[in-house]
Amino acid sequence: MSSTIATPIGSRANALAEKPDSVVLAARRSSSSGIWVGVFAITMSFAAFSSALVVREGTTDWSHLVLPPLLYLNTVFILASSLTLELSRRALREAAGARSAAGWIGLTLLLGMAFCFGQYRAWLDLRAQGIYLATNPNSSFFYVLTFMHALHVLAGLSALAYLGYRLRAMPKAFRRSIFENTAIYWHFMAALWVYLLLLCRAEL
Amino acid sequence: MQEGSVQEAHVHAPPEGFIRKYVFSLDHKVIGKQYYALALVAVFTGMILSWLMRLHMVWPNAKIPLLEMLSKNGAPGGIMTPEYYLSLLTMHGTLMVFFVLTNAPFAAFGNYFLPIQIGAEDMAFPRFNMMSFWTTFAAWVVLMLAFFIPDGPPIAGWTEYTPLSAVGKDAGPGMAWGASLWGISIAIFCVASLLGALNFIATTLDLRAKGMTLMRMPLCTWAWFVTSCIALLAFAVLFPACILLILDRHAGTSFFIPSGLVISDRVQPHAGGSPLLWQHLFWFFGHPEVYIAILPSMGIVSHILINSMRKPLLSAKVVIYSMMSIGFLSYMVWGHHMFVSGMNPMSSLAFSFPTLTITIPATVLTLVWLGSLYGSNIQINSASLFSLGFISMFVAGGVSGFFLAQPSIDIYLHATYFVVGHFHLVMGVASLFGVFAGTYFWFPKMTGRMMSETLGKLHFWITFIGAYCIFMPFHYLGLIGNVRRYQSFVDDFMAPYLGWHKFVTIAALITGAGQFLFLFNLIYSRFKGKPAPENPWNATSLEWSIPSPPPWNNFGGRHPIVYHDPYQYGVNGSKGDFVMQDSAEQVVPASGD
Repeated sequence: MSSTIATPIGSRANALAEKPDSVVLAARRSSSSGIWVGVFAITMSFAAFSSALVVREGTTDWSHLVLPPLLYLNTVFILASSLTLELSRRALREAAGARSAAGWIGLTLLLGMAFCFGQYRAWLDLRAQGIYLATNPNSSFFYVLTFMHALHVLAGLSALAYLGYRLRAMPKAFRRSIFENTAIYWHFMAALWVYLLLLCRAEL
Repeated sequence: MQEGSVQEAHVHAPPEGFIRKYVFSLDHKVIGKQYYALALVAVFTGMILSWLMRLHMVWPNAKIPLLEMLSKNGAPGGIMTPEYYLSLLTMHGTLMVFFVLTNAPFAAFGNYFLPIQIGAEDMAFPRFNMMSFWTTFAAWVVLMLAFFIPDGPPIAGWTEYTPLSAVGKDAGPGMAWGASLWGISIAIFCVASLLGALNFIATTLDLRAKGMTLMRMPLCTWAWFVTSCIALLAFAVLFPACILLILDRHAGTSFFIPSGLVISDRVQPHAGGSPLLWQHLFWFFGHPEVYIAILPSMGIVSHILINSMRKPLLSAKVVIYSMMSIGFLSYMVWGHHMFVSGMNPMSSLAFSFPTLTITIPATVLTLVWLGSLYGSNIQINSASLFSLGFISMFVAGGVSGFFLAQPSIDIYLHATYFVVGHFHLVMGVASLFGVFAGTYFWFPKMTGRMMSETLGKLHFWITFIGAYCIFMPFHYLGLIGNVRRYQSFVDDFMAPYLGWHKFVTIAALITGAGQFLFLFNLIYSRFKGKPAPENPWNATSLEWSIPSPPPWNNFGGRHPIVYHDPYQYGVNGSKGDFVMQDSAEQVVPASGD
């Protein structure tokens, strides 16, 4: 995630806004490299989890886990949140778009929170069936994968909250780069969830 | 990425106040020094642990003073128990590999010099940088806590193989909370390293000064860049492995523990896990990790040798491509740590091939160094001595790798002292020589004072001769069947070779004592050393164009412009036989070339 999220918006943003565009470009490019590198690292982590899953599946005690149907509703939520984020981007491009963009971001945030809450409910559903973390290897992987994903989604949620809250106060040049980085991360979270869902369906 | 991208505006205000300046600093230079200090503490701790191990090996019933104070269970009456030997061994390995060899050449020097060498004011993400150091520090604290819990540190080795590392206290002393602290510490370390690697990559790609194309970066910068790419992928795999291990230990899962396991006469309540899975995950990280340890030193040594020889290497491009190939190939060889693990022998063949292939770029590098040295008039100082010593140690340690890379021989040599000799020479000693070289070379820049050359040379000769005395016998011992990680000799056939071990122990004590000379030199020179000029080595890279020590924003607000590569030596420059990288003067080859 970009460090611009943590930077106090007053000093650096204003300092940069006064600089020529080429310097701002460098700042934007730098934070954008950062987010892609971060996405790459997270991908590698989940690749490790996936390969552990595939290896583990080869052992004898592999049973079949029925995925809670709530997961599909959660998928709709997170994909919808990606859509609303894109609508926010479109709003941002318009002249006085910051206000409606912030509104769309708020909606993205709500859908993201609905996703997280839905994941929690899905875990409760499994618990009600007596399926816990250590019950069988399938459930272990399910909980670990969904938990790790949810943890990263929570980080994304805080980024979205910050973005929505601060969007109007930011200078324009800065706005776009922070938005870009948050969007890259958020879409990645959605894509990662789809991958994890398919992985769980296929392997668990 | 755009070549020669524009300099970013200053990323943070000048620091005010003690805490901001020296503790929670955003300045990459302070963070680099903090990493170096942490590595210094870790290396001396690790060294003392190795002394304790060596003393126990040759005099198992000796009373070691103060040891009982450290651990009543581990050393009742000052006499080390066999299990405590394994605890010390585990902590020695963990401290050295993670907190010394990943920290010192990469995080410490990289943080300090990468931004300056590319002409930037700081790293791309200074806050992440600060978090990265303090997270590493937190990981170190958690690890050291293992010494002070009643049960002691874990006994499973720095590789913490499952299932013994995953079952908990049944596996032995230190395997209850000790192993959990290890897992938590390393998981925290992974996060810290990922943040650091991210910073290095973003900085190198985006914050280069005008004219600083990728091919014009100094070789040590390239080494740090390739290392950070490797680190990003490697630590991203170790982190999940540690999470799964912690879950197996505390949440009753069975990722790594098979069914029906009986340990300490107790059936373990787990089923269906794969111990081999841990080895795969760990070594997928573990092999790139050793290249993370060695690549920065390769870069530092290349950088220093060029300066000392007063002429460029035969081909900097070849060195860069070799480092990149090593980085790439490092991901394909992890199974060579697992030839005897019971995995499919065809896999062993598949891993042996790239392992032998990776020797090619390593050999190319060595040939470039040696070829460049041939006929050169190298100036001898502490830094160049350690650089030459690096080549010696790297070759000496590396050639044993050719043997270990072949499954047929490795079946015999695995887990013997042959392996211990191999990795200590090629990773421990060589990498550390790179750190020493870098310290002697860059100390004037970091502190504004020169280190004592006499002490430096003395330090070199003691360490060079001492390291060979310690680790060369290990190859022989391994060949005759001396198993590693044994606290004493259980086989009669080893009894005649106890004399070798005594020799090694004494060499280790002397060599270790020599390191205190270095420590003294470091601390004394920091306060009382001769004031250093801006460019005491007549070097060309950008760090030598700024004051010693550098101001908080490196270049004092100006944006350097780079006109050529950093290895313009042996030419007719206005200041001598070199032209600095940011000097606009035309490069005129020296007459007689």
